[in-house]
Amino acid sequence: MFKRKSNAAEAASTAPATYGIMAEFSGTDEIIAAAESVRAAGYTLVEAYTHIPVHGLDDALGHKPTRLPWLVLAGGITGATGLFGFMCWVNLVDYPLNIGGRPLFSWPAFVPITFEGMVLFSAFAAVFGLILICGFPLPYHPVFNAPGFERASVSGFFLCIEAKDPQYDAAKASSFLKTLGATAVHEFSE
Amino acid sequence: MQTSQPLKPPVVETYDELLGPGETYSSVTARIGDIVLYPLLKTPWGWIGGFVAAGLLLMLYLYSLATLFTVGIGIWGINIPIAWGFDIINFVWWIGIGHAGTLISAVLLLFRQDWRTSINRAAEAMTIFAVACAGIYPLIHTGRPWLDYWFLPYPSTMGMWPQFRSPLEWDVFAISTYATVSVLFWFIGLIPDLATLRDRAQHPIAKFFYGLLSLGWRGAAKHWQRYEKASLILAGLSTPLVLSVHSIISFDFAVAQLPGWHVTVFPPYFVAGAVYCGFAMVIVLMIPIRHWFGLHSLITMRHFDVMSKVMLASGLIVTYGYFGEIFYSWYSGSIYEYFLIVNRTTGPWAWSYWALIIFNVLIPQVLWFKRFRTNLPVLFFVSMCINVGMWFERWVIIVLSLTRDFLPTSWGVYTPTFYDWATYIGSFGLFFILFFLFIRLLPMVAIFEVRDLVHKTAHKAHDKEDHGHAGA
Repeated sequence: MFKRKSNAAEAASTAPATYGIMAEFSGTDEIIAAAESVRAAGYTLVEAYTHIPVHGLDDALGHKPTRLPWLVLAGGITGATGLFGFMCWVNLVDYPLNIGGRPLFSWPAFVPITFEGMVLFSAFAAVFGLILICGFPLPYHPVFNAPGFERASVSGFFLCIEAKDPQYDAAKASSFLKTLGATAVHEFSE
Repeated sequence: MQTSQPLKPPVVETYDELLGPGETYSSVTARIGDIVLYPLLKTPWGWIGGFVAAGLLLMLYLYSLATLFTVGIGIWGINIPIAWGFDIINFVWWIGIGHAGTLISAVLLLFRQDWRTSINRAAEAMTIFAVACAGIYPLIHTGRPWLDYWFLPYPSTMGMWPQFRSPLEWDVFAISTYATVSVLFWFIGLIPDLATLRDRAQHPIAKFFYGLLSLGWRGAAKHWQRYEKASLILAGLSTPLVLSVHSIISFDFAVAQLPGWHVTVFPPYFVAGAVYCGFAMVIVLMIPIRHWFGLHSLITMRHFDVMSKVMLASGLIVTYGYFGEIFYSWYSGSIYEYFLIVNRTTGPWAWSYWALIIFNVLIPQVLWFKRFRTNLPVLFFVSMCINVGMWFERWVIIVLSLTRDFLPTSWGVYTPTFYDWATYIGSFGLFFILFFLFIRLLPMVAIFEVRDLVHKTAHKAHDKEDHGHAGA
């Protein structure tokens, strides 16, 4: 961050730094093809912004599968073992009640609450895990500065190459994106 | 972006498709989003009238609750041996209604049923509000609701813990988990739509409100990937959850030894009844909503057709349960079980049993015919009958079994009082006030999922053009 600023400081000390270049495409097939070409051309800091989930786009962009399921598994195990262990501790250790000689460790009666605890903690892991991994809440992000980006939540398919990309060159990237069929290409700042 | 001009789409009934003709990404976004983004002062009169009416019912509810808290549960008709009356009937009825929303949003997502798309948001909202209405009843029927935190396991100075072996304690965990997971699932589903509204809103307050709630969603491919995974996981969790919740509620009865309660078939029978009643409520809510807000091209006749089929199927399972009850009352050889059916069919409350049979078994048979499945007035009437019939089912199970159990010396009578009715009818006020706020403030149809449907429909048509009839 600081390094980049000091490099650009002589050119324009007050102007905000360039974040990247944003290209708009007309449909799902077009943006998947474009993402593949951009990746094949050697760009690494590439991200797509779409108004609907586009299947295959994460592969085209080289995104690894998410680790969220593991987090959910951990949450589920925590909830199930935690509540089951808690009920055992209450009934066997902390408050044992002998009712007609019935067994204290009556595990079948603990199954419903164990199950509910598993579901609850898994759901917490899924929801809060999603929010945390995505870095939300984050009301401001530089991509919102790209012209026409308000369409990204209505009808648009956008592809962004970040200026931090080692290969980044605004003019080259712009003409390259246009050859891929972009309907509009804009450079935008942070 | 034109939020000042109300959209007046032409009414074109679509019978075979899930979308009306000519819908695009922008048109569906505008159609759904603009209902929410209307300027405050241009709120339709119908909405205001409905909100005021719901508010009056809510006042009745608050009045009856205030009387309950100051006087005590003696204002209700319950007594020994009928310790469960309207409170538990309404609790089971409302939570059953809620289950259809989870079924539509979770189970149908797992089965990749595209028709759920335009109705899942409103059905999920219905779930949450129905669970809110349901959850209040067990809390207030304790008599001292300010001590309800005793249900929760916390290290108390009394040195005691709740009884984790009791179905009533299972209820506490089942209902609270169900409510929490439903709200989380609903909110996760709303995030991309909240971002759409944030980007379309003109008024700074609306922009701020939706911007805050959308958490900064920007539709990044990486986020969509995680988002879809999270949705799928939540659907996978909600599916067994919804089955477990109504199974646990049925344990409240099935674990007891009363004739008519002590039945092993109760869990699936209760779940089917919940789905039955819930789908009926979805239809009752959807018919006026699509009419008032001009959503004919999003909620098509195909949706009503499919929902009716689900309703018919779950209704047949429930019917099977009714016949099962008659069969095993005879097959058990127990005089108490046998008397149960005699009492239900010919006893003092026989009319309520026959009403249940007429509303739940006979009238819904018209749904075998497509002519009636796609006739909205008929469908509305049948759905209302099912809602009433399912209420009677809980009435029959609870009141008829409790009033006449084993020894005639311990029989009793049950007469609902004004406050019983007021707490029931008033709870509609809570439900509808929440529902009216929902349709005013949040998109009642999942916009991004409908856009995805537009995309899929277009691709399907495109593929057909390419391959001719080869793929069919």
